[in-house]
This record gives sequence, C-alpha cells and structure tokens, in this order.
Amino acid sequence: MKNLLAKINNSKYFDGFMPVLAALSALAIGAVMLLFLGVNPLVAYRAMWVGAFGSPNALAETIVKAVPLLLIGLGICISFRAKVINIGGEGQMIIGALAATAFGLYVPEMPGWLVIAMAMVAGFFGGAFWGAIPGFLKAYFNVNEILSTVMMNAIAVQLMNFFLRGPMIDPNQAELLSKIPQTARLPEAYHLARWLPTRLHAGVIIAVVLAFVVYLLLFHTTLGYRIRAVGFNPDASRYGGIRVRRQIVIALLLSGAFAGLAGAIQVYGLNYRMITDGSATGFTGSAGFNGIVAALFGGLHPLGAIPASFFFGALLVGANSMQRISQVPSAFVIALNGLVVIFVVSSAMWQEARQRKRRIAEVRDDPAPPPPEPNQANQDVPA
Amino acid sequence: MSKMMKICTLFALFALVLAACAPAQPAATTSEKLRVAVIMPSAINDLAFSQSMYQSLVEMQAELGGPDKMELVYSENMFVVDDAAAAIRDYASQGYDIVIAHGSQYGSSLREIAPDFPTTAFAHGTTAATFVDDGITNVFAYEAASNEGGYVNGVMAALLSKSNVIGVIGPIETGDAKLYIDGFVAGAKATKPDLTVNVNYTGSFSDVALAAEAANTHVAAGADVMVGTAQMVVGAIGVAKEKNVLWLGTQASQTSLAPEIVVANQIYDWKVVLRDIFKLMGQGTYGGKAYIVTLANKGLYMEFNPAFDLPADIKAKADETIQGIINGTIKP
Amino acid sequence: MITDFFSATVLIGILASGIRLATPYLYASIGETFGQRSGVLNLGVEGQMLMGAFTAFYITLRTGDVWLGLLAAIGVGALMGFAMAFVSIHLRAVQGISGIGFYLFGLGMSDLLFQKLLGEVKTVSGFRPVQIPFLSDLPVIGEIFFRQNLLVYLAFLLVPVAWFVLNKTTLGLKIRAVGENPQAADTLGVSVAGIRYLTVTMGGVFSAIGGASLSIANLNVFQQNMTSGLGFIAVALVYFGGWRPFGVLFGALLFSMVNSLQLWMQILNVPIPSDFAVMMPYVLTIIVLVLTVGRVRGPSALTKPFVREG
Repeated sequence: MKNLLAKINNSKYFDGFMPVLAALSALAIGAVMLLFLGVNPLVAYRAMWVGAFGSPNALAETIVKAVPLLLIGLGICISFRAKVINIGGEGQMIIGALAATAFGLYVPEMPGWLVIAMAMVAGFFGGAFWGAIPGFLKAYFNVNEILSTVMMNAIAVQLMNFFLRGPMIDPNQAELLSKIPQTARLPEAYHLARWLPTRLHAGVIIAVVLAFVVYLLLFHTTLGYRIRAVGFNPDASRYGGIRVRRQIVIALLLSGAFAGLAGAIQVYGLNYRMITDGSATGFTGSAGFNGIVAALFGGLHPLGAIPASFFFGALLVGANSMQRISQVPSAFVIALNGLVVIFVVSSAMWQEARQRKRRIAEVRDDPAPPPPEPNQANQDVPA
Repeated sequence: MSKMMKICTLFALFALVLAACAPAQPAATTSEKLRVAVIMPSAINDLAFSQSMYQSLVEMQAELGGPDKMELVYSENMFVVDDAAAAIRDYASQGYDIVIAHGSQYGSSLREIAPDFPTTAFAHGTTAATFVDDGITNVFAYEAASNEGGYVNGVMAALLSKSNVIGVIGPIETGDAKLYIDGFVAGAKATKPDLTVNVNYTGSFSDVALAAEAANTHVAAGADVMVGTAQMVVGAIGVAKEKNVLWLGTQASQTSLAPEIVVANQIYDWKVVLRDIFKLMGQGTYGGKAYIVTLANKGLYMEFNPAFDLPADIKAKADETIQGIINGTIKP
Repeated sequence: MITDFFSATVLIGILASGIRLATPYLYASIGETFGQRSGVLNLGVEGQMLMGAFTAFYITLRTGDVWLGLLAAIGVGALMGFAMAFVSIHLRAVQGISGIGFYLFGLGMSDLLFQKLLGEVKTVSGFRPVQIPFLSDLPVIGEIFFRQNLLVYLAFLLVPVAWFVLNKTTLGLKIRAVGENPQAADTLGVSVAGIRYLTVTMGGVFSAIGGASLSIANLNVFQQNMTSGLGFIAVALVYFGGWRPFGVLFGALLFSMVNSLQLWMQILNVPIPSDFAVMMPYVLTIIVLVLTVGRVRGPSALTKPFVREG
C-alpha cells in the first residue's frame, strides 16, 4: 500500500492533481466562513456538488460555463508563452460578440450554417482587432500591456452600451416604453445546435476542437515555435532572426481573437441576442479573468486547459447553485472564487518543485553515455 | 507537499465525503404554500431597483400570512445574465410555482427557458414582452411608467428651484433610467419653460465616486434641486446633503439617507402586479399578461417626506398633477 | 455652449472635481509604485481598497471616531498586503493572477461584511473639509486646492514624500536595487524578501487608505463594489507614470481631470453621445502615453520571484 501511494505521489500525472487539492483547501476555509454565516457547510457543499454534477442539466450547465473559459484559456496559453500578460479578455470578448452579432443581424439571406461559420470568424477577427491594438502599442510604442488592456476593457464597455442602445437596438425595443438596450433576436436558422432540453450548445465542440488546433499550432508549427522562443529568451530569438515585436503583436492578437470567439459563441449559443446591463461582467461573467485562472489550472498547456476549464466551470456553477439552495449571499460565492484562485495559483510552487525533483532524478538515474569511439585520427595519440 | 497542506486537504476531502452522505433536502411541502423565487440584478438593499421588488415581495408574504403561506427565496447581484439564466432554470426545475426575473436583461433567457416548464409561471420586468406571439403562454411581464412619477417630480422641482437650474444624474442613457429622466424633464419644462435642466450620465450603475462628482458639477453650475436614478445615487445624495441641495428620489425611498433635503420619492409598489399574478396563477393561468404600474393603479405612488417642509401650494400643484396624469389630462 | 467652457465656474469646477477624484488613485498608485519598484506586481489593489473602505466606514460608524476608522483600515490593508507578499514572495505564485484572487476575495468579503454587519446603505460623518487659513482665500486656487478634507491633502503630500524616500534615502536605494537586480542586491547583503515584504505590505496599507478616502472622507458612504474598477486603473497609472511618483501624479490628475471634464461636457450640451464622453479618460490616457513615448524601462525584476542561486 505504501509503495502504491509513493508511486502515485511520484507519478507525473499527480502534478495535475495539485491544483485540485489547492481548490479543496480553499473550500475548507470557505466551510469555516459558512459556519460563521450560520449555514451548514456540509449541506452547502453537497448542494455545490449536486449543482455541478448531480444531473444531466447540471452537467450541461457546467460545460456551458466552461466553454468561454476554455476558449479564453487557449488564448492565454498562447500569449503567456510569449511572456505577455493579457488581462484584456473582457473587452475582447465584448468586441468579438458585437462583431458577430452585427454580422448575423445585417447579413443578407444565406444558409444558416454559413452564417454561423462566418459569424464565428467575425467574432474571431473582432477580438483579434481589439487584442492587436494593445499588442501594437506595446511592440512599437512601449506602452505596457496591462495599462492598455485595462483601458481597452473600459472603452469596449462604453462602445457596447452605445451600439446596443443606439444603432443596434432591437426595433421593437426602440418603440416600446422599456427601451431595453438589446439587439433583435437572431433568426432560428442562425442558432447554434442545442442538446435539448438543456442549454448545452455546439460551441463546446468548437472549443474542444480548437484546443487541439492550438496544441498543434504551439508545438508543431514554426509560428508556435517562434512564439515560445520569444517568451523564453527575447534576445536570443532576435539574434536568431525572429522579429520579436511582430511576435508580441501576434501573441496578443491571437489571444484576443480567442476571447472574441468566446463572445461570439456566447451570443449564438445561449441568448441569440446581445444585451447589456452597462457593465462588462454582465455579459462576460468575468470569463476574461477566470479564463486566465483556468489556463493556469491547466499548466498553460492547451490540452490541459480542457479538464481545467471543466473543473473550474464546475466550481463556479456549483457555487451559484449552492447560493440558491443555502441562500448564502452571492458575495460569499465571489469571495470563495477569490480564495480558490489564490490557493490554486500558490500551489504552482509545489508543482514546479516536484517537476524539478523528477528531472534531477531522471538525470541521476540515466546511465552515463558511452565514451566516444576512438577514431582513426586519434590512433597515434597515446592513451 | 508540506504537512500543513496535507492536513488541509485531508480535512477537505473528509468534509466532502461527509457532505455526500448528508441528508437530502426536506421534501417539498404541500401545494398550499405558494413558492416564489426571485432573481435580481443588484443588491436587495440597493435603495433602488432591486430593493423595490424585494420589499414588495416581503410585504406580499406578510399579506398572505407569512412564510408558512408563501415561501420566498432570492438570488441577488445576478448581473451576469448567463448565471441568471442558470438560476432561472434551476429554480424552475426545483418546482417553484413562480420565478420572477426582475431585470430587463433577463428577457431573452426567459424566452428560451419558459417553454420547457409549461406549468411554472414566469414573470419579468421591466418590459412589456410576454412572448405570446411566439406561442409562449407562461410569461408575465411588468413595467413601470416611471415617467409619470418623473413628471410629478419635475413639476415639484421646477417650483422648488429658486436658481432655475436643475441637475439630473443618470447611469446609462437607456431603459427605465431614460424613461424616468425624460418624464422628469418634460414635467419641469412644462411648469417653467425657461428652466435649465442639466443632465449627465456616469456610464455605470455602481460608480459612486463619479456620481458624487457629477452632482458636484451640477451644484457648481448653479443647481439647487437634483434628481437621479440607479444605486450609485447614494454618492449624489451625499453631495446634495452637504451642499444643501434638494433631492427627489425614485424607485425606492431614499429619505433615510438625507432626511433634511429629500423632498419626495416615487415608490415602485409591485404588490399591485403581484396580487393579480398570484390570483391568475390560482386560476390556472401562468402567463400572457402584461402590466404597467402607474399612478392610476397605485403601483406607483409619491411618498412625501414628512420631515421636509414642503410649501402647501407646491404640494397642491403636485397633487393636481398626479390627478391629471391619472385621469389622462396630462401626458408625461 | 462651448464658450461657456472657459468661464471661471466651469474651470474651477473641473479642477476641484479632478482633485477629489484623483485622491484614491494617488494613494493606491503610489503604494503600488513602491511594490512594483521592488519587483512585485499586485493586481489585487481593488480588493484592498474595498476592504479598507468598509473597515474605515464601519469602525467610524460604530465609534464615531474617524481616526479610529482610518487606523482600522490601515490594519486591514496591512493584513491583506502581508498576505499578498507571502503568496508572491514565499510561495512564488504567479503575481498577475494571485492579485486577481485577492481582488475577488476583497470584493466579496467587503460586500459580505456589509450585508451582515450593516444591512443597508448608511451615511457616516467623516473627515470634514478643512480650510487652510489664508491659502483658501486665494482667488480661484483657494477654492480648488485648499478647501478639501485632510485625506485629500495627505494624498497629494504623499507624492513628494514618496519621491524623496525612493530617490534620496538608503531605503529607496535598496528598493530600487531589489527591483532592478535582486541577485546583486542579495550579494550585497540586502534582504530581498524583507524589502519586498515591506513594500507590498505598505502597498496594501495605502490602498486601504485610498478606500477609506472614499468611504469616510469624500463620499461618506459605503456601498458594495463602490470602487467600480478604480483599483485596476490605479495599477495602470503606475505604468503610465513610469514608476515615478510625480509621473503617477500626472497620470492620476490627467485621468481624473478628463473624467470631470466629460461630466461637464454632458451638461454643456457638447454634442457627443454620453457613452463616448465616458470613454474619454481612457482613450486620452492611451493617446497621451503614445505621444510621450519615452524609453522608460520598468524594474527588470518585475513579476519575477527571487530564487537565490547557488
């Protein structure tokens, strides 16, 4: 038994379990907080589990929550590898959604599947554009990307407000008393296929396929190599002929593109229209930030992002369900979200330490390479 | 991994295992009890939109005989539309008799979810859309003619202002806020056409500091009466209190914040709507009707602050305006 | 009309509003500047501000003493700053993201405490405006600068003090060294961890004071999420200011002045949609930075955890 435990502990697959353990620790602290709030933590956490996994509907909700996290996480995997921090996901998601919605509303008669495909592309480009601007500013004007993306997020929200209450408002709404800032509903033909009666939509297929595409891109293409090289050592890369500036723009552009696609899928898969309540979070659900955490959860690997966003989505969906059943204030859910992020991010150190230990062990256990064969040229040299 | 972490995680795992064995939720009680779930975009104590609905529901609960007769659960701060949609679906599948989605941004979610739960009543506002044209029969809609109370506030503000400059602070130029502000400006201008009404929008519902500065700009521009809408107005009211500028409120009673300068509030009383909806539900109708709360049906009423000394002639004019709106002679 | 813009009232109004709006940014940004100069990025400023705002408000409400409230906020800020320091330095967590965790935690916790301890929106009697004798009677300038409350004055005083500490003291030298080249600083006997703990904890303290400046001085109220993104802008302003206190002052003033300008523009019927007016401070910040592009390099060790080699 001890041997088995030791074997599990040393296996490299256990590394992936570290973030889960960290999340559980955060939940333990949350349990203490729940006690202070007069709520039975066992009941609450059971509600969380059931809310995330307990029924086909719950599972569908978890996956639906995970889709934007996965897409944004993929974008982060790309940009982080170029050592670029992209916290502009919120704004890029909004702009992508705007572009995709506008396309669907104003395009002339076309087959549904074609519209969907092109709308996804529109979302992709919309987000890419919004990501390229900070990229360009960083590469050529040395404007720090944290500053520019924070600003761009705020600007995106106001643009969304302007369009949705103005040029893009639902003609019905414009006449009604209520004047809700929303667009018209996209025609049935343009909706992403849904697995009724849940809210699970075809976007999940798109997201998972893209995860594999990104994996191939990063590890099996020249572009991917260049991006990783720039992040690893910008000076060496420049020496090797890689245009560092251009790679930085590309990294931000691509991660923005994925965020934009996430926005487009949210519109075409869930509500079939775009609505604003005036804030970024109202539309994105903080996917721009949570997607970063999900990427980290998955070790910044595109394939790792799939289970990572699934589990993180489960956490978020379960927490909301827990709020409904135990009637804890939603503020608790937000605080818990924060604790999980802190703990998961902190656990990386142990992950790294384990990886280092394993690498050392590998080198130590490898037999020394055989001495080079003496060749003709060395025959005369005395041994 | 460190010992501390091992202990933490063992504890957590243990707790999880226990939780899985914890007793299930008690079964739903008899169908005598009306089970009501409400979802709101901001806090139940935001002194504005969400508070108005929550308060009305609590009062309904008391009216019906207490928690034994009406169960009320809520999810507040659901400003993420996607999460709200999950919540609506969840409450419906838990068997609540009616799910109230109190926010205009929830409409599209409701439209997708309602058909899946034909015996659950849904209600949403502020909007008039019941989706009957799409064949959906279980959605009620309600909205507030906030321009009516806005008009009355406008009349009073115009009469109260000695500097003939009035300030308006709005969140975003849309929806209920715009309706209210448009009504207000109409009422003020109808009373004193030469009056200056300055309007600015902060672009957010929650930026209290910016709302305060918006109020400061109005005061500097000479306003001696101000109004505003959305939860961030607490910042503006603070400035009004400090600078001795009069305030007229809307959506909920804002008197408690500054009793010396709040003149009156337009209160949203949703009970008018709720009573009718509950009655219809009892008769087997789960939707299809749209409501507007107005001064006429007492869904909107003006609450005058007793601590504020409102001159009798202005009060008379206000009452006259209210009557005029009710019997249709005045159109806000 | 546009001509009204240049009237004294409007200009004074814009400047005075700008000074008030800039106050919380100054506290948070200066605190963050110290942290970043020593090599640590803290994106959790907003969470610290909200916790500081609530604590100051609650203690002031309960005890009636603004100074106790401020002290309590300082304590809470120090706690959160220390936690961030521990996570970043000892546990070497990825700094950009751990900060977001602290933000979410502070946001939720302050709201939770607000709901459980206060229950409804209340006002408090905070720091009152203090007129500086003689200076406040100066025409124009007097009204703008010298009739504010204590926390506003302190915020502006903080800038030259920060500059002095950073550039003219040994401590400042150590901070900069640790942020530039921690290996070298370490060999010279400077405790890298110690310096970073100090700056990040102080950063938390200043963020909390920034929050308090809202809840018990400028606005005298607490509401959930009342900062509404302020903390993130404050971090962005550190980059804008080139990690220099006076640069940060310029950034905070620019941002806040344009914000108060756009409020006036809406009143004066300048024909642009309200959404675009609200956008102005953000757009202008980017434009100004692009135009004033200097080759300002940040601290080389920023966001890199320090591991003693060898």
